[in-house]
Amino acid sequence: MQITVTVNGDEHTADVEPRLLLVHFLRDKLGLTGTHWGCDTSNCGVCVVWLDGTPVKSCTVLAVMADGHTVRTVEGLADGAALDPVQEGFVRCHGLQCGFCTPGMMMTARWLLDHNPDPSEDEIREAISGQSCRCTGYENIVRSVRWAASRGTEVSAS
Amino acid sequence: MTTVEQPPIGFGRMHRKEDARFVRGRGTYVDDVNLPGMLHGAVLRSPFAHARIVSIDTAAAQAHPRVKAVITGQTLDGLKLAWMPTLSQDTQAVLATDKVRFQGQEVAFVVAEDRYAARDALELIDVEYEPLPAVVDARRALDPGAPVIRDDKDGQTDNHIFDWGAGDEAATDAVFASAEVVVAQDVLYPRVHPAPLETCGAVADFDAVTGKLTMWCNTQAPHAHRTVYALVAGLPEHKIRVISPDVGGGFGNKVPIYPGYVCAVVGSIVTGKPVKWMEDRSENLMSTGFARDFHMRGEVAATRDGKIRALRVKVIADHGAFNGTAQPTKFPAGFFHVFTGSYDMEAAHCAVTGVYTNKAPGGVAYACSFRITEAAYLVERMVDVLAYELEMDPAELRMKNLLRPEQFPYPSPTGWEYDSGDYPRALQLALDMAGYAELRAEQAARPPGGPLMGIGISFFTEAVGAGPRKHMDILGLGMADGAELRVHPTGKAVLRISVQSQGQGHETTYAQIVAEELGIPPDDVEVVHGDTDQTPFGLGTYGSRSTPVSGAATAVVARKVRERARQVASAMLEVDPGDLEWEKGRWYVRGDQSQGRTIQEIALASHSSLELPEGVEGHLDATTVYNPPNLTFPFGAYVCVVDVDPGTGQVKVRRFVAVDDCGVRINPMIVEGQVHGGLADGIGMALMELIAFDEDGNCLGASFMDYLLPTAMECPSWELGETVTPSPHHPIGAKGVGESATVGSPAAVVNAVLDALKPYGVRHADMPLTPAHVWRAIQGRPIRTDLAIT
Repeated sequence: MQITVTVNGDEHTADVEPRLLLVHFLRDKLGLTGTHWGCDTSNCGVCVVWLDGTPVKSCTVLAVMADGHTVRTVEGLADGAALDPVQEGFVRCHGLQCGFCTPGMMMTARWLLDHNPDPSEDEIREAISGQSCRCTGYENIVRSVRWAASRGTEVSAS
Repeated sequence: MTTVEQPPIGFGRMHRKEDARFVRGRGTYVDDVNLPGMLHGAVLRSPFAHARIVSIDTAAAQAHPRVKAVITGQTLDGLKLAWMPTLSQDTQAVLATDKVRFQGQEVAFVVAEDRYAARDALELIDVEYEPLPAVVDARRALDPGAPVIRDDKDGQTDNHIFDWGAGDEAATDAVFASAEVVVAQDVLYPRVHPAPLETCGAVADFDAVTGKLTMWCNTQAPHAHRTVYALVAGLPEHKIRVISPDVGGGFGNKVPIYPGYVCAVVGSIVTGKPVKWMEDRSENLMSTGFARDFHMRGEVAATRDGKIRALRVKVIADHGAFNGTAQPTKFPAGFFHVFTGSYDMEAAHCAVTGVYTNKAPGGVAYACSFRITEAAYLVERMVDVLAYELEMDPAELRMKNLLRPEQFPYPSPTGWEYDSGDYPRALQLALDMAGYAELRAEQAARPPGGPLMGIGISFFTEAVGAGPRKHMDILGLGMADGAELRVHPTGKAVLRISVQSQGQGHETTYAQIVAEELGIPPDDVEVVHGDTDQTPFGLGTYGSRSTPVSGAATAVVARKVRERARQVASAMLEVDPGDLEWEKGRWYVRGDQSQGRTIQEIALASHSSLELPEGVEGHLDATTVYNPPNLTFPFGAYVCVVDVDPGTGQVKVRRFVAVDDCGVRINPMIVEGQVHGGLADGIGMALMELIAFDEDGNCLGASFMDYLLPTAMECPSWELGETVTPSPHHPIGAKGVGESATVGSPAAVVNAVLDALKPYGVRHADMPLTPAHVWRAIQGRPIRTDLAIT
């Protein structure tokens, strides 16, 4: 069936099978391979994207459910060449190693900071608790998000 | 501590070069590879743990309009590819022909136009099975009358794989015979799975015109894979290119060659198109390289005042249905014989028996440093069991028995030579950081019957960096590694290394090694890895071997370049090479520091028309192969503090202090990150992760709903410390560190939980210490955790 989805500001119309998962639509139909696939059961969170401004696990969302809606992926985080503070935080605080969970983690982190600009460590941990990382032990992910939060404060204060 | 504005020219904290692509979603993992005309493969797997295959009917699948090929064991038999050799010189079915031997075993392979159609077609294959009784309990695998799993092997009449031992059995027995105190304990290290977030997969592209096979595969060992493909499939090795692109975690899961890879190659040959195969999460957990499954019985002989005299261990090792472990050939139990750990003792002996069961093959994976996880866990558990029996403080008992600095290099009772260490200093630092005395005081002040707290200690010694080629090979391939360094005329460099990265940050740290040796800024050094057409031969990244072996090769090749630069500089400065002195980035005339040439100036001159002395070649490029003289022996002291609710059995890790000594740190930021990750592994294995089976051999950990990974909620904020004892034989004094925390941390967590349970008289309980298992232990009814059989 035909669907129209706005992804990172661009409108895409495509014919898809009704059962096509959003993660596969993004990756295979649109070539947005920054969103990963990891478990099929909504446990690992490497597939997290925003659907109408809310993080969802795109391995358990059908592409047809995004028809007429907006999606934001990791490719839509940076503003041109300027990285989002979350992206910069992950680089500066070594918030990633293999990089596979990173896009999903960053999408959740951006959502958290949009709703809670100065989260505590516990609030950050809770926000990413539906996502797995096998490399970092989470410590530097938490620091990365804190870095982005403090950077956000500096920016708004200046 | 985390920001670095100016990258160091050499060692030090530096942001990773590879992150620029990853944070933009621009990494290239194998599932991101899309080739024109590419088809998709899917594997049909066995629902039974043990069954005879009566028939396979693929007609309906082949009739599916989007299916291009259906491959069965029979198809492969015609190509002599139904069976393949494993890395342990056993055989493994690529697609089953006679029997299935574990649940999830590969039975057929469908190639279709897209991944959904391929999966649809699997449903159309009709396989008739005749179920057989399954061997599930490793401890019963050798019972008389146990079903014989490997009846495909000539002369195999039972489920026995190997017996292997190390140490002096007679001397050990003699110590035990005269010991004041002997304690024994059964200790299970249950089956767990590395579960990298990216599952295993490949894109095979066979070009029938050129005869060249290009294989994108998230393997940790691209060169070894190429050679094995050449040997197995008969393809000429120079016509095989293995590309290991960005890899989403490995942890040993991505070392072996899996049937899906071979099927993808066959699929590409049969269809003439590139074929992608990506397993799903259940396939990953059910069929690919698991870890551990070591059933151990440890015995310690000691004096009454707590001096350990000897250690004796017997092990049943569950290798699953095919012996597919990856470790140096001479060591079928890996490096388990480093089980005397960090302690001085008179004698030690271990005897390991490997058995087949109706479970997935594997055993050596999950950051285990070739079974040192099991060894470190065993000895650290035994020390605590001894402390329990002697009513001694576990920190005091360890301090009393740790090797002393003056004993290094230390010849261990099982044949190792530990290179360097100062163990008491590391343990003392960890105890001080934790505030050990205060923690014990808090514990003593707890009222009985209320919430429990426990303090667990572990001290580990690793043996990593396999390895010296006279002792170590895999399938006959020696474990030396090559490196090539090319310096362009403008002084920018390209380093080509044999190892690849699954997140270790080699593009950064290896550039830093070149920078340290040559003074070329790391940003001016491109590191090429993970492509057999572009890099020198080597055995890959696992067992914490990259820095000990390939890192050493990088330092050595950079020093060769530096010597070549000296010759060119001598021509430029018109002085004898012997009159030149090196400072980072520059050769200068001894006694006159102003007279010198930078490495960049020398690089340009080396490519110019400058007349060079007789015998001096132009350019600065060099190659090397590094054969390590010994392994490196990183070590560490960990202290874990837990709170336990005796009513529910719930464990909360309150604090974790980790002091690691991995010698010289190339990039401390990356070292700390690797330690963090390993500590989370330890919490996972100690408290949550488990691949268990029911009596029919059904895998009970086949999704992330059943196989529980630690999240940010279970992990505390890690408290790290360090000591630095350089390796005396490594060119830059570094030791491996990638697996240290995974090796060292499970025992600290388990020891902490059992320390908390002491008021209930619990001496030991097996991992994972889930609330249910802890609660049962408190009730005095601990159970086997690996089987759903009560």
